[in-house]
Amino acid sequence: MYAQLVKSEGTKAREEMTPEEIAFQERIDRGEKIEPKEWMPEGYRKTLVRQIGQHAHSEIVGQLPEGNWITRAPTLERKAILLAKVQDEAGHGLYLYSAAETLGVSRDELMKLLHAGKMKYSSIFNYPTLTWADMGAVGWLVDGAAIMNQVPLQRTSYGPYSRAMIRICKEESFHQRQGYAVMMKLAQGTPAQKRMAQDALNRFWYPSLMMFGPSDKDSVHSAQSMAWKIKINTNDELRQKFVDQTVPQAEYLGLTVPDPDLKWNEEKGGYDFSEPDWSEFFDVIAGNGPCNKDRLGARVKAWEDGAWFRDGLMAHAEKAAARRAQAAE
Amino acid sequence: MPSLPDMTTPQVAELARQQAQAHPAHPTVPQPDEGQEALFETLLRIGDSALVLGHRVSEWCGHSPALEEDIALANVALDLIGQTQLWLGLAGEVEGQGRTADDLAYLRDAWDFRNLLICERPNGDFGHTLMRQFLFDAWHHEMLKGLAASSDPRLAEIAAKAGKEVAYHLERSSDLVVRLGDGTGESHRRMQQALDALWPYAGEMFLGDDKDAQMAARGIAPDPASLRAGWDATLRHVLTEATLQIPEGDFSHKGGRQGIHTEQLGYILAEMQFLQRAYPGASW
Repeated sequence: MYAQLVKSEGTKAREEMTPEEIAFQERIDRGEKIEPKEWMPEGYRKTLVRQIGQHAHSEIVGQLPEGNWITRAPTLERKAILLAKVQDEAGHGLYLYSAAETLGVSRDELMKLLHAGKMKYSSIFNYPTLTWADMGAVGWLVDGAAIMNQVPLQRTSYGPYSRAMIRICKEESFHQRQGYAVMMKLAQGTPAQKRMAQDALNRFWYPSLMMFGPSDKDSVHSAQSMAWKIKINTNDELRQKFVDQTVPQAEYLGLTVPDPDLKWNEEKGGYDFSEPDWSEFFDVIAGNGPCNKDRLGARVKAWEDGAWFRDGLMAHAEKAAARRAQAAE
Repeated sequence: MPSLPDMTTPQVAELARQQAQAHPAHPTVPQPDEGQEALFETLLRIGDSALVLGHRVSEWCGHSPALEEDIALANVALDLIGQTQLWLGLAGEVEGQGRTADDLAYLRDAWDFRNLLICERPNGDFGHTLMRQFLFDAWHHEMLKGLAASSDPRLAEIAAKAGKEVAYHLERSSDLVVRLGDGTGESHRRMQQALDALWPYAGEMFLGDDKDAQMAARGIAPDPASLRAGWDATLRHVLTEATLQIPEGDFSHKGGRQGIHTEQLGYILAEMQFLQRAYPGASW
């Protein structure tokens, strides 16, 4: 899940709602899509800006951990695939910033909030990619977890967000397959490669589980977002689904999920598994993950170093427009 | 440090003679065909330039000044890596030693690389990266036009495909050079600085040697010097519109196409080849 702990405005009881709010909620309940120029409660707009913005930021910060291995990819083909994948993430960022712009907030404004630490991105991208196997683990687990959240969001109530998710999901499922292909190659490779694959699974398992956000009982913002269909499933539902899907994939690779208490529960038709260390999650969210400073620092540097470039293009566009106007006189 | 034993020149010559007698060249092994060797070299020269520049461009991924640039640079790098696979794949075939494109990219040391020096220049600021790309694209475009008319259909085919991609690279880099050259005072200054700094690496693109002469004589590849006029015309057109001054000096660094590189290449290869070197023989 690329949006965690998205704060939403408090839930209102029906009797507290204005007639406009009631009509809006009824449209959502009927499964209608809300489009940019239509009336919406301010809380709905704000919550969506937070969620879509956080999602967009996750895509662009998410370029960094994988970008870290592009220049070290082991073959020309792997290099090309990884580059194409990271390029897709930048594309996802573009769709999502565009979706946010339909809500009246510009990409530059959102970037400034990110750079000032006032908006978050997914906790997962604050973990380092230490070996080539991490390219497999990120594709398989991180994109896998993202898909788990994003597939239902294709049905989200806000039209532009829903349409962005449909495009993104198509590409993400390709990403997950390429990650799994990297893992498969390693798992079937030399003993050192297999060890590398296991090590990556060990490091990325719990951070991937954290991507769905805290347990439902501690998740304070869910109710209103679910009523508005900005959020479709609860954190725990999605996490369970992810574990149930991923464990057999790990077994197929011959790798061991790093959870001694993992076992199939026939009664619930799913796995019982250990919770991640939530204190670690809150540390990472608070800015104390292994890479928070580096990731945000890299984005801020790219933005600041690029200011002259963006200014130059703007100045040229103004000059060109002035010349055209003069020529037309 | 122990000193080396004294050896006189006649002693060395005698040793060499004895060695030659003890291990005579196997009579059935054919001497390498000089034409094939020159062709192999030509393919490395174009393939290695694509590989090394593709590597440099890919270093920007996630760090460029705007999302659109991240996407565009990734496209350029992807094209160059794709071209590398074709050129080095054919080089391996021509060499006939069973080496693949990956073997050539990941298992040669710096002195066996044949890329132009300009490709290995560090990225610098975004203006340096764009100017390097423009100077290279303008040459690459001419080179591929020449190769598309090659008497060897294998080269002509690759060049025709790559030429379409590079026409777009040149369009994009020219456009940005114009906008930034004729943008703000600062963008103009940075682009001029980049042009001045990279200028001494441009001349190498047009310096031929006897291998180039062989290829040109057989109609396989264009004579490097013949590409200069087209390149000059592109530069004059674009740089004038960009309000940038073409530097006056004609000094040129050279050696990349003969395997004598800048210090930069070793670091590029250390990074690029790390996994192949650390896990020999593994499959990825």
